[in-house]
Amino acid sequence: MGLGAEAIFGDSVVTTKLDKAVNWARSYSMWPMVFGTACCGIEFMSVAAARYDLSRFGAEVVRFSPRQADLMIVAGTISFKQAPVLKKIYDQMCEPKWVISMGACACSGGFYDNYTTVQGIDTIIPVDEYIAGCPPRPEAVLDAIMRIQEKSQDESIIKDRLKNFKGYLDA
Amino acid sequence: MLKPDMIIDPSKLRETVLTLKNKDQFTLLLDITAVDYLKYPIKSDHRFALIYILRDASFKKTVTIKTFVDNNSLTVDSLSDIFYAANWAERETYDQYGIIFKNHPNLKRVLNHHEFVGHPLRKDYAITHYQPCKETESLMDEMTPLLESKGYNAKEQDELMLINIGPSHPASHGTIRNFMALEGETIKACVTEIGYLHRGFEKSCENHTYSQIIPYTDRLNYCSAILNNIGYCKTIEEMLGLEITPRAQFIRVIIGELSRIIDHIVCNAANMVDLGGLTNFWFIFSARDKAYDLLSKLTGARLTNSYTRIGGLEYDLYDGFAGDLEDVLKAVERGIDDALSLVEHNRIFHDRTQDVGVITKEFALSAGITGVNLRAAGVNYDIRKANPYYFYDSFDFDVVLGSHGDVYDRIMCKFEEMRQSMRIIRQAMKNLPSGEINVIAPDVLLPKKEDVYGNIEGLMNQFKLTFEGIKVPQGEFYSATEAANGELGFFVVSDGSGTPYKVKCRPPCFYALGAYSKIVEGDMLADAVITMASMNFIAGEFDR
Repeated sequence: MGLGAEAIFGDSVVTTKLDKAVNWARSYSMWPMVFGTACCGIEFMSVAAARYDLSRFGAEVVRFSPRQADLMIVAGTISFKQAPVLKKIYDQMCEPKWVISMGACACSGGFYDNYTTVQGIDTIIPVDEYIAGCPPRPEAVLDAIMRIQEKSQDESIIKDRLKNFKGYLDA
Repeated sequence: MLKPDMIIDPSKLRETVLTLKNKDQFTLLLDITAVDYLKYPIKSDHRFALIYILRDASFKKTVTIKTFVDNNSLTVDSLSDIFYAANWAERETYDQYGIIFKNHPNLKRVLNHHEFVGHPLRKDYAITHYQPCKETESLMDEMTPLLESKGYNAKEQDELMLINIGPSHPASHGTIRNFMALEGETIKACVTEIGYLHRGFEKSCENHTYSQIIPYTDRLNYCSAILNNIGYCKTIEEMLGLEITPRAQFIRVIIGELSRIIDHIVCNAANMVDLGGLTNFWFIFSARDKAYDLLSKLTGARLTNSYTRIGGLEYDLYDGFAGDLEDVLKAVERGIDDALSLVEHNRIFHDRTQDVGVITKEFALSAGITGVNLRAAGVNYDIRKANPYYFYDSFDFDVVLGSHGDVYDRIMCKFEEMRQSMRIIRQAMKNLPSGEINVIAPDVLLPKKEDVYGNIEGLMNQFKLTFEGIKVPQGEFYSATEAANGELGFFVVSDGSGTPYKVKCRPPCFYALGAYSKIVEGDMLADAVITMASMNFIAGEFDR
């Protein structure tokens, strides 16, 4: 027995909050923008291929156009030369958007502690989920996508997302 | 043994190289690099020396030329008009060491960004001296002169459409940036910019012991990590004068050829996705995942295996390996057959790929292109045949050659090379010798764990090798193997300590990419995409 509309129409309707319905739809249709630069990009190909099958999580529509995507997966080392490109592409994505930092290099520079490598992409853009590994196994990537799905449940369409992040490229 | 073949005066450089090229048929320039002797134990009057590595037309002989550079002017004549390959090689040497090449057409940085100050491979440049980059360069400084040289005046240049393909673009397969001037859909001029994945491989090598470098080599060509491991370890073993056991050599052949298969799978699958055929990708990638299962069972990692050790291997084959391997090979065979059944007699596929992205023999050699790209152009050069190592001369396999050097030839050569690799693997498995996988050399390989915990000699041995590293005799040495992309060479300078003084990797696709802009000029934009995919550019390798 339900209340309100459900009391009158029975099982043919479900009442819910708009936020909940939007979040539900959004979290099961993440469109990833793969910023694949290196080895992790190759592992991401495995994640998308038949064995690990990203489409089980509704995230198989890989877009290379940032304006069509809401989940950025930074897969690979980011060099200082690449950093402005990463920043620009992140800025081109529409809110709400999430970022997964895949692999040791993207998270912290990995074992490339040298003159050319950014020591973690969170010095440039905000990161929601980190995946350890060099490169991470495909299961770890799926796990991170599931965690993003959980996080996206807290979104609201009437509230703006907090934007207090400042990276070294934000003047 | 660990010495250059010739030491010449810089003023005689052009003359010597021209004689070698025209008289002795040294037609392939493999690599140019420099050495900074600032901190070398043997003092020399000159701080920098340049190294030129050439190979002759029979592909059997290599010559290493060394020339010391004048300390004040740091200037040497450019060879870019003699070899097309010298263009990017000299740019890299300028970028990393600050050597100036006189009469070079476009001497600017190639790996580091345009706001970079200094030259990172100089010995007085600290490894952690980070230099952030604020903005990507426009590349108009290269595009405008290029268009002018093709006869476009300012007004005509305005009518061309300038477009960036990359550095983040699905067709760029990584991080290549191609800046193109289009007339309609035809490419009139193309400028390639790389360095977006420059991760300082060579500087990192100078700060780690010889064994610690093995994981770095994994990440050069990450589609076939083991072939890089083999190339590097083989070079160091040759410097040490160490012959690894027959069993280790056979296992290196088996796992190396399996890596070559995986590399070709990735390249061909991605190429056919770019052609619009996603089904092929699923077909051959399922075989690749089977191969990765095998590799993770054997080495502990799917992609970055670090399987070889200097003097041998990390593990011996596990029980039941032969059966697993045969399953993988059957899956690969099936994947190839399935994928080929979709494209082999497919008119659209033929029309899209035949006579597209043609590389001629002469240009390929001048540009230093090796591997499948060169063989597809009809040049019979495979190090496994020309300079056999690891019993390759005892295996029965064919070098696969193309006839046109177009995209079609490159795809089909890769498919056929996968079949040839399987032939090698099956022969090697049949004749796999028993015995140890590691040589007995306490100064190279770590002792057994029971010795480390059981006696003081073992403990000391472990301690000294871990902290000081393998002591490689002083000198300099170049050695090459046939990697998935072509000739993968390592030029190593040792100062006698446990850390290399310098490691220069000769990445095969660096030279192929240097030639790419010339290959696609005049083609259609859509053809440039599949040409790029067919040449198998791996960012980790050309950017290092």
